[in-house]
Amino acid sequence: MDATYAVEMKSISKYFGGFCALDNVDLCVQKGEIHAILGENGAGKTTLMNILYGFYEADSGEVWTNGQKREIKTPKDAISLGIGMVHQHFMLVETYTVLQNIILGDEHIKGPGVIDYKKAKAEIKKLAEDYHFNIDLDAKIQDITVGMQQRVEIIKALYRGADILILDEPTSVLTPQEIEELIDIMHNMVQNVKTIIIITHKLAEIMKSADTCTVIRRGKNIDKVAVANTCEKDLAELMVGRAVEFTVEKQECRRGSALLQIDGLVVEDDRKIKKVDGLSLELFEGEILGIAGVDGNGQKELFEAVTSLRKAKSGSIRIDGQDIQNTSPRKTFEAGISVIPEDRQKSGLVLDFTIAENMVLEKVQNAPFSKHGILDWKVIRQNADKLTKEYDVRPDGSAGMRAGALSGGNQQKAIIAREISNDGRVLVAVQPTRGLDVGAIEFVHNAILSERDKGKGVLLISLELDEVLKLSDRVAVIYNGRIVNIIDAKDADEKRIGLLMAGGEGA
Amino acid sequence: MDNIGIVFSITLMYATPLIFAALGGIISERSGVTNIGIEGMMTIGAFAGAAVGYFTANPWIGFACAAAAGGALSALHAIACVKFHANQIISGVALNLIGLGVSLFLSRLLFDGVTQTLPVPNKLPKLVENGPGGLNLDSTVLVVLIFIIGVWFFLYKSRGGLRLIAVGEHPAAADTLGVNVFRVRFLAVIVSGLFAGMGGAARTLAVVSSFSPIVISGHGYIALAAVIFGRWNPVGASLACLLFGFAQSLVVVLGGGDIAIPSQILAMLPYILTIVVLVLLRGKTNAPKASGIPYIKGQR
Ligand SMILES: Nc1ncnc2c1ncn2[C@@H]1O[C@H](COP(=O)(O)OP(=O)(O)OP(=O)(O)O)[C@@H](O)[C@H]1O
Ligand SMILES: [Mg+2]
Repeated sequence: MDATYAVEMKSISKYFGGFCALDNVDLCVQKGEIHAILGENGAGKTTLMNILYGFYEADSGEVWTNGQKREIKTPKDAISLGIGMVHQHFMLVETYTVLQNIILGDEHIKGPGVIDYKKAKAEIKKLAEDYHFNIDLDAKIQDITVGMQQRVEIIKALYRGADILILDEPTSVLTPQEIEELIDIMHNMVQNVKTIIIITHKLAEIMKSADTCTVIRRGKNIDKVAVANTCEKDLAELMVGRAVEFTVEKQECRRGSALLQIDGLVVEDDRKIKKVDGLSLELFEGEILGIAGVDGNGQKELFEAVTSLRKAKSGSIRIDGQDIQNTSPRKTFEAGISVIPEDRQKSGLVLDFTIAENMVLEKVQNAPFSKHGILDWKVIRQNADKLTKEYDVRPDGSAGMRAGALSGGNQQKAIIAREISNDGRVLVAVQPTRGLDVGAIEFVHNAILSERDKGKGVLLISLELDEVLKLSDRVAVIYNGRIVNIIDAKDADEKRIGLLMAGGEGA
Repeated sequence: MDNIGIVFSITLMYATPLIFAALGGIISERSGVTNIGIEGMMTIGAFAGAAVGYFTANPWIGFACAAAAGGALSALHAIACVKFHANQIISGVALNLIGLGVSLFLSRLLFDGVTQTLPVPNKLPKLVENGPGGLNLDSTVLVVLIFIIGVWFFLYKSRGGLRLIAVGEHPAAADTLGVNVFRVRFLAVIVSGLFAGMGGAARTLAVVSSFSPIVISGHGYIALAAVIFGRWNPVGASLACLLFGFAQSLVVVLGGGDIAIPSQILAMLPYILTIVVLVLLRGKTNAPKASGIPYIKGQR
C-alpha cells in the first residue's frame, strides 16, 4: 500500500439515532502536512475526528494509518498509534493541577505505582519551554483562564509524543499573538515529520498554516483543495455554498443616555487576588462598547461581577441609576441584562436539557411560558422552533434535542438566540462568535448591530481584536483590571490598541 | 478519670468497623459510583465472618471470607451500574435487601433454622487486653490504621488514585487519555465491597462474637455519612467515624454512671451528634462531580 498517507479515512458513515452526521466521508492526509478541515457548524468535523481518535465508533467505513488498516476502538488504541487530539470542548479535570491533567493516563512512576511528579515536571517544563508555552504547572484548572486551559490541552497531546496531531478548534480563544505562536509550533512539528489535522473556522489561519484543506458540508465531502491555489473568499464559498460578506454594514451610531455605569469596581478571584482593580466605565444606549485586552486582565471577573455570579469587593454597578452589584443573576436579568457567557457548556446551557428548555431558562417563570407555576410546553416548544429556525440552529428539529448532542457552534447559536430574544436593555457578550463558522459569524454580527440600532447597549468582551474593532463604536482597553484608555472606533487601529493591551502608556 | 481508657477503647471499638466501610465508600464514590449498598455488604460480611470463623475456628480466615463475600455482593452492583448503567441508588437499595436476605437464609440453613450464628470459638486477637485504665484494643484497629494510610497514599500519591479520582470527576477526560473508565469503576466498586465486608466482620469477629440480624443496623449508612462529612478523604472520614464512636462510648459510660438519663435518650446521642456536626461542617463540599452518573461512551 501507499504509505505516503498518514491517515486515510474511507467512506466513513455515522448515524446518531436516525440522523446521519457523516455520509460516506473520505479524508486523506499526507504524511508531514498540515491538513485543514473546513465546514459549517454541525457539518460533522468533530464527529469525524472523534472516530479517528477512537472516541466514537463509525457505523461503516475504514480507517488506515501509515498505510495499514486499523481497528481503532478506544482512544487508547489511537494513542498507541501515535494519534493525539485536542478536543473542541476541553477534557480537563477541574480539581486537578495542570501537571496532573497533563500526565493523567501516562504517568511516570517510581516504585510500585507511585507517581514521580518531579520527573514529569522537569520533562513538561522543558516541553513548554521548547514551544514557548508559559504555564504554571501547579495551578488548578479551575483557577486558570480558558486560554490557559487551551494551552494545557495542546501540551497534553505533545507530552504523549503524538505523530499525528488532531487539533479541533485549538485557536478559538487564543489571542492573535498566541495563534501566531501556535502556527509556528505547527510548522516546527511538521518539519519533524509530524502530521497535523486542524479544524478551524478562521480562514486566515488555514491560509497561513495549511497545505491542504478538505471541505465538508452537512456530513458530505464537498471538495479537497490545495491551499496554495485558493483564497479565503473561495474557501468560504465552498463551505457555505454561497458568497459570504466579510465586512458588515454599519450605520451611524446614535448614542443615547447612559445605561450601565460601573464605578471603582474591585473584584477578587477565588484565590483572593484583585483581578478587577478600581475599574470604571459607562455604557450608553445605542452603542457597542468593546473591551479589548489580553486574556486574564480581569475580563472574566468583570463579567462575573456584572452578572452577579461573583461578589464585588467594592465599587458600584448601576443600570439606570439602580444598583445591581452583589444581587443575584436573577435580579440582574430582571434589571435588563442579557448575557452571552464565555463558556457555553459551563454557564450557558444545561446540556442534559433540550434546546427548547434551554431557550427559556431565565424566563420560564413568566407568562406565556408558564401560568400559575404550570409550564406551557406548547408555547415553550413554539418559542424554540421559531428561534432555532431564525438563528439556523442545526440540525432541523434541534428544538427537541438534548443541548449536549448539538455541535459546539450550534450550541453557541442557541445561546445567542436565547439572549437576543430576551430583549433586555443591555447585552453583555463574551466571545460571542467563539466557534462559529464564517456564515454564522456574519449573521451574529448583524444581529448584534441591529440590537444596537434598536437602542440597546452592548458590552462586547472579546479576545478577538478583529471582532472588537469591527463591531465597536468605542473600544475600552483593559489592562491589569483597569480600563487604561477608551478610544473612539474611528481612531482605533490594531497597532495602537495592541500597544495599550500590552500595558503601553498613553498610546 | 479511670474512664479514659474505657472511653478510648469503646470509641475505637465502634469506630473501627465504620472506618472499614467508609474507606470502601470513598473508593467507590471517588470513582463516580454511589454505593449505598454498603450496608448490605457489611451485613453479608458480618455473617460470612461469623459463620466461617465458627466452622474453621480461625477468625482470620473468617475475616478474609467476609471481605470476599462483600466483594462478591458488590460485583452485582458493578455489573448493574457500571456495565448496564442501572440507577445506582436503586441497585444499592436492592443490594441492601439481598445482603440481609442471603445472610438470614444461610444462617437458618447452617445453624438449625435460627437467624443467629453460634459464637465463634476464637475472636480476633486483642492488641491490648485489660490495659491501664481499662484499655482494650482489637487487632482490627491496627489493620484499619494500615488501610487508612494505604488508601490515603493510593488516592493522592499513586497512579491508580490519580486515575480513579479523574474518572469520578470527568470520566470523558479520563477516557480520552486512554484510561479505561469501566475497568476503573468496576474495580473500585468491588474494592468497596471488600472493605465493607471487612467492616462487617470487624463487628462479628472483634466486637461481638456471632452474627444476628441486628448486628449491622445502620452502620453502613453512618459510614456513608462519614464519607460525606469527611469530604471524601480517608483521614477526614476516619475522624468522622471516631466522632461517632466517641458518642457511642459516652452512651455506655454515661449510661453506667450515677446520673439518671433515660437510655433511649442516650441512645440517640450519636445520631444527634452526627446531624449537628454535619450542619456545622457545611459549606463547599467537593463531591466527585460525576458521582451517581453512569458513563455512556459517545454521549456528550
Ligand atoms: N453524541 C451525539 N448525539 C447526537 N447527535 C450528535 C452527537 N454528536 C454529534 N451529533 C450531531 O452530529 C452533527 C455533527 O456534529 P459535529 O460536532 O461533528 O459538528 P462540527 O462540524 O464539529 O460543528 P462545530 O463547528 O459546530 O463544532 C451535529 O448535527 C450534531 O448535532
Ligand atoms: Mg466541532
